[in-house]
Amino acid sequence: MSRRLFHFHGGIHPEGHKAASSATPIRSMDLLPRYVVPLRQHIGTPARPVVAVGDRVLKGQVIGAAEGYVSTAVHAPTSGRVTAIEPRAVPHPSGLFDLAIAIETDGEDKAIDMQPLDWRNQDPSALRNRIREMGLAGLGGAVFPSYIKLNPGTPRGGASPIHTLILNGAECEPWITCDDRLMRERAMEILEGARIMGHMLGARSIIVGVEDNKPEALAALASALSQVAAGDIEVVAVPTLYPGGGGKQLAYTLTGKEVPAGGLSTDVGIQIFNVGTAYSLYRAVTLGEPLISRVVTATGHVAQPGNFEVRIGTPISDLIAAAGGALAGASGEIVGGPMMGFDLMDLAAPVTKAVNCLIVKSPALFPPKPEALPCIRCGACARVCPVELQPFEMYWFSRAKEFGKAQSYNLFDCIECGCCSYVCPSHIPLVDYYRFAKSEIWEREREKQAAEQARARHEFKTFRLEREKREKAEKFAKAAEASKAKAAVPADGEDPEAARKKAILEAALARAAKAKEEMAAAGIAPKNTDNLPARVEREISEIEARRAAMSEAQTATDPATDPPRAAP
Amino acid sequence: MNGSPFTLQADNSVSAIMLKVMAALVPAIIAHAWFFGPGIWVSLLVCSVLAIGLETLMLLMRARPLGPFLKDGSVLVTAWLLALSLPTLAPWWLYAVGMIFAVVVAKHLYGGLGQNLFNPAMVGYAALIISFPVYMTQWPAPQNLALHDITLAESFDLVFAGQGAISVDAYTAATALDTWKTQTRLGKPVEDILALPAFGWGGGQGHEFVALMYLLGGLLLLGNRLITWHIPAAFLGSVVCTAWGLHLLNPAQHAGPLFHLFSGGVMLGAFFIATDPVTAASTPRGKLIYAGLAGMLTVLIRGFGGYPDGVAFSILLMNVAAPFIDTYTQPRVFGHKAGERAGGHKETP
Repeated sequence: MSRRLFHFHGGIHPEGHKAASSATPIRSMDLLPRYVVPLRQHIGTPARPVVAVGDRVLKGQVIGAAEGYVSTAVHAPTSGRVTAIEPRAVPHPSGLFDLAIAIETDGEDKAIDMQPLDWRNQDPSALRNRIREMGLAGLGGAVFPSYIKLNPGTPRGGASPIHTLILNGAECEPWITCDDRLMRERAMEILEGARIMGHMLGARSIIVGVEDNKPEALAALASALSQVAAGDIEVVAVPTLYPGGGGKQLAYTLTGKEVPAGGLSTDVGIQIFNVGTAYSLYRAVTLGEPLISRVVTATGHVAQPGNFEVRIGTPISDLIAAAGGALAGASGEIVGGPMMGFDLMDLAAPVTKAVNCLIVKSPALFPPKPEALPCIRCGACARVCPVELQPFEMYWFSRAKEFGKAQSYNLFDCIECGCCSYVCPSHIPLVDYYRFAKSEIWEREREKQAAEQARARHEFKTFRLEREKREKAEKFAKAAEASKAKAAVPADGEDPEAARKKAILEAALARAAKAKEEMAAAGIAPKNTDNLPARVEREISEIEARRAAMSEAQTATDPATDPPRAAP
Repeated sequence: MNGSPFTLQADNSVSAIMLKVMAALVPAIIAHAWFFGPGIWVSLLVCSVLAIGLETLMLLMRARPLGPFLKDGSVLVTAWLLALSLPTLAPWWLYAVGMIFAVVVAKHLYGGLGQNLFNPAMVGYAALIISFPVYMTQWPAPQNLALHDITLAESFDLVFAGQGAISVDAYTAATALDTWKTQTRLGKPVEDILALPAFGWGGGQGHEFVALMYLLGGLLLLGNRLITWHIPAAFLGSVVCTAWGLHLLNPAQHAGPLFHLFSGGVMLGAFFIATDPVTAASTPRGKLIYAGLAGMLTVLIRGFGGYPDGVAFSILLMNVAAPFIDTYTQPRVFGHKAGERAGGHKETP
């Protein structure tokens, strides 16, 4: 069956470097003495730790439970003891630490009792709960919790709103071959995973898109397909063109449907999963095995590049060691591919669900970038942009910090694929400028919201004070009115009570005056500071003068004691 | 920040682009030397030396690093384009004034590489044709028509020491564009004008072949993806349409499209000058509008203006309009509805 393919705008053909790691089968790794499992391995709320330091855990046991809606669980990669729950190095561009659970291996690798399941008899919502418990998140790199993506939403006209499920096996980034090897070796499981997904989504067609630079993977999928004879699944070779594996690009290539700006592929009835996610989903649903390992490419300047079945939580230094170790002259590591990955800050950081590739750099493989020259508006960037943006315009505005203008040139449609930077003859790090502009805009947005909140609070306070003042005034006015009214009633006759009080008061005053007179007559000082001896008077005035001098000196030296400025 | 991508396209730089542009000019330069004598070597040399000197001076004054900016080669492209636009064998100071306007005024006073609003070579050309119109019309005659073939040594003498023993009339002749303008205004019949020795099979004798070589060089640029088809196609298409229209209306005053294509600076302008990315419109539709209007203006200036050629003025006029055109011709972005224009005012999401 041949399908009409569509060509998205632009794209580039960077050197593949895939043969370095794609030739050998996926290797397993020896059990390590310790693992570090971060609690934030997916988009959304980090998992909540459900074990304590010192607890014994089994392989596959939930150690972090999904917290809230956009979240998923994390599991122990092997059996052992929890030694720490603390911030540790994680593979993130910022290099910041994040909460993780450290596990010391007991060597037994004893697993929990895994519960196999026949998905065919299961309600999709029960399957979704199972998938959430199993810690499934998109293994293509975005790590969005899978169970959410498997909820098709409200049916339209009696049918699921998702008509097409796309499995992304394009793997368009250079160097990465983990999906390639997985498709070659485990095609059947991938297709089975796809059918579970299709069942859950109610999708009418399933398309597996693979770039045509992976003929072995295509052949393996085709042969697996012929064995299961599934008419609803189609394996399609798409042209090798970076970033053809981007979700929106692949959806367009295969269906001609454009995902609306700011929207999701589900808006046009398409759901997309990475082939690795389909494989892990198959294992989770059918075998009851949580997501505790994934295939990772370790390549570049290492002795034995290849693909590895890596337990989540494996320190990256151990992965490099498994690939024969870095060769002399290594100059750092990239997590992910060379087009969209990032520099690793700390080799102690573990492999997470998001890590699909680790490239050890060398100056020969990744020469230092030449110095940037001014933009000459040659438009090479615009010609390769898969989103049809005008990258150089966005660059000029980002550089000038005219973020509003940059945004009006659709900065937020940029997928940061790096095509523009790749072809720029002036070697301008364009994507860096877009990341900068985006983060500045987000920051300003946050500030704006905070300011608006503060303004609302202030306005309410002013309103409240006004109201209280008004209410008080009204109350007083009412009270005055009442007392006036009260006073007005016995206007002609004297209030006997008031007259009595007045008489008492007058008597008291008279007594006090009389007492004072008597004291004065007797020569008794009414206060202890009156009529002091001359010596004491002098002392007091000296002290007063000293104090005055001191306070003057302080005012002169300390500007903080300046009289407060008049309110504006 | 120094983030992804970690890998860049190999052998891709501003200097590589400029070198390729210069290489694409070589066929036309050789044709020029073949038809008009070795004078072109002298003017290329003079302009190139001036270019490097002025660029260095300006970079020093602006406290910019010399290495990367001299290496980018953009100033040499400016020098070559100006040299090819000017008559050869003109006095050295004419080239100097042109280069000062191009490099100092049009390029560096606007902020240097990538910042100039106007095409530097065309600013130099315009300044000269306004200031020294007589020198600018003294083009060497094709060698088969000249009374005297100029040698390389004589070329240096003419440029640096003045005319000396050789009379100007011995080696120069009015160009075809000039001849057409003066003769049609005298009311001469078109057949008689076209029979004059200045005219060849298409445009001016010799010039038409140089124009053909610009076309060849332009196709090389297209083949190497240094330019897109939009600007040359729209420019030449518009020249043909406008010229044809005027020619149909009044054949006694306005030459046909073939003559316009192969005379003066049309081919050079279409492929090498209007396509200057810094000063041209940059969106696909914008390029069509920009170059279409530039082509039309070229023929209108030729037909009704005071100067024989209109390429420089039309391109400079369109340079002014390029940012405006870009603003209104932004392409539809993936996932956006048709007609949603980028660049308009938009609040944060």
